[in-house]
Amino acid sequence: MDVTAQHGLYHGIVSGLLADYAHCIDGDDLESWPALFTDTATYRITTAFNHAQGLPIGIIDARNRNMMEDRITALRKANIYEPQRYRHIISVVRLIDAADVASDIIQAEASFIVVRTTIDGSQDLFVSGRYLDEVDISGARPLFAKKLVVLDSDKIDTLLAIPL
Amino acid sequence: MSDTSSYKATAFWPNDGLTDVPYNLYDDEAIYRRERERLFMGPTWNVLGLECEVPNPGDYKTSFIGDVPVVLVRAKDGTLRGFENRCAHRGALLCLERFGNARAFTCVYHAWSYDHDGNLTGVAFQNGVKGEGGMPDDFRREDHGLRRLQIASLSGLVFGSFDPAVPPLADYLGPDIVGRIRRVLPKPLKVLGYYTQTMRNNWKLYFENVKDPYHASILHLFFTTFRLNRLSQKGGIIVDDSGGHHVSYSKLDEKPGGDGDYNSAELRADTDEFGLKAPALLGGRDEFDDGITLQILTVFPGLVLQQVRNSLVVRQIVPRGVDRTDVVWTNYGFADDDEELADLRLLQANFIGPAGYISMEDGAVVAMIQRALPGTKGDTSVVKMGGDGTASQESRATETSIRGFWKAYRKIMDI
Repeated sequence: MDVTAQHGLYHGIVSGLLADYAHCIDGDDLESWPALFTDTATYRITTAFNHAQGLPIGIIDARNRNMMEDRITALRKANIYEPQRYRHIISVVRLIDAADVASDIIQAEASFIVVRTTIDGSQDLFVSGRYLDEVDISGARPLFAKKLVVLDSDKIDTLLAIPL
Repeated sequence: MSDTSSYKATAFWPNDGLTDVPYNLYDDEAIYRRERERLFMGPTWNVLGLECEVPNPGDYKTSFIGDVPVVLVRAKDGTLRGFENRCAHRGALLCLERFGNARAFTCVYHAWSYDHDGNLTGVAFQNGVKGEGGMPDDFRREDHGLRRLQIASLSGLVFGSFDPAVPPLADYLGPDIVGRIRRVLPKPLKVLGYYTQTMRNNWKLYFENVKDPYHASILHLFFTTFRLNRLSQKGGIIVDDSGGHHVSYSKLDEKPGGDGDYNSAELRADTDEFGLKAPALLGGRDEFDDGITLQILTVFPGLVLQQVRNSLVVRQIVPRGVDRTDVVWTNYGFADDDEELADLRLLQANFIGPAGYISMEDGAVVAMIQRALPGTKGDTSVVKMGGDGTASQESRATETSIRGFWKAYRKIMDI
């Protein structure tokens, strides 16, 4: 396969995974969210400011899939928050370092916005930002090996319960 | 000691105690303005940041006292200065960036410029153009400096005040609070990152929430659900003499022996039913060597200094109108943190902040009070848990530190 065709394939793989990702979060199928990651995958939410300054704190900082599963267990059984839903709108995918077609990892970037709807019907643009993803294509299905969520703003309205 | 007889009823607070708090205080515009003038711009010390955020001469940071924009700067001689972030000419913001370095501060509007002390050093076209226009002969630059702040710091934590008559910082805080601040700031600091939680409620509701130990095990069910309750049995509440500052802390029953870690079997989640699959974040290091795993400290009117295990945070409360509040979270560690400890702080940051396992509920619940205010006219809340006074207590089934807040508040607001 030539490089152009390979890139087209990679775009399709990452876009499909992101579509599944948004589908399970926005559809309140949170239990399926960790299954989109490898066992050793990391998931971290940071801000553009911290990211640019090299400041390491995460708003959520999961070091492996078990920590992601714990987060969902906590949301379901322990944490108390008003019922709310997200709607992700994710941009077309940009491949990073696309020249390396031999790797099992696809590095990709996509922009997103999330609209939050609370139980009383209020809707707000909750956050915007970009995903910096590493997608592992060595297995039977593509999985996130790393997902860094970089928020454009420092400000989080009230709380961030459901993952972004 | 009872404080109930010390207050006169006023239009704003029509009773004489601290246990019946009028709901009007959370949505009244006149109260909000009075707070700005008497409280935030009055004889109080307000947190501005950390010394390590402005390490070099010319480094500055923009911040707030109440909702008033201010600038903290390190002058050429290495001392810290502060002033209101507002040009003396037409009142535009002088500094827009969050952080920066500047030899002088020049307003973008008409290029009036100021030195690190806030002195007006340059006025564009002061003498006019080709002999015409310009400032009158009696215009004196020294009459038009920026409004200066008093600046004081303790263990690298920097405070500012608009009021030259503010008491010395150590007197303002009292010895108990000074000791507890030093406890979590014992050596040079390093910032680990920032975020801001915006809240849809009056600032006082958040400050009361932080001072309220009664709700902790009821609203925040993370530890209960994962059966981790045994870890913090001893503790107490310290309220200073003014009432405005407090410390709430808890510690292990017995300090575990061995390597100074408290990652013992006792602290691990039960592995059945509701256990955590990745309990690593429940570990930790007894880095201050006293077994205290939780210390929440407040300084009147807008600082929260938090230790949750090895997660250390300076939270600054910034009012944004009667029903809006920003809480700026500055996560920090120490310059000499080893790799393991540095990583623990990041891992345990999962407990705190807007997405924190044991704090995410706070933003929502205080906004729920704000949303229920419309029908409260003339009503008061009930703050009687643990009596009617403001003394320090060992039990955490108490609202003594909330009453302490209102004691300091009523005094400075004169209501």
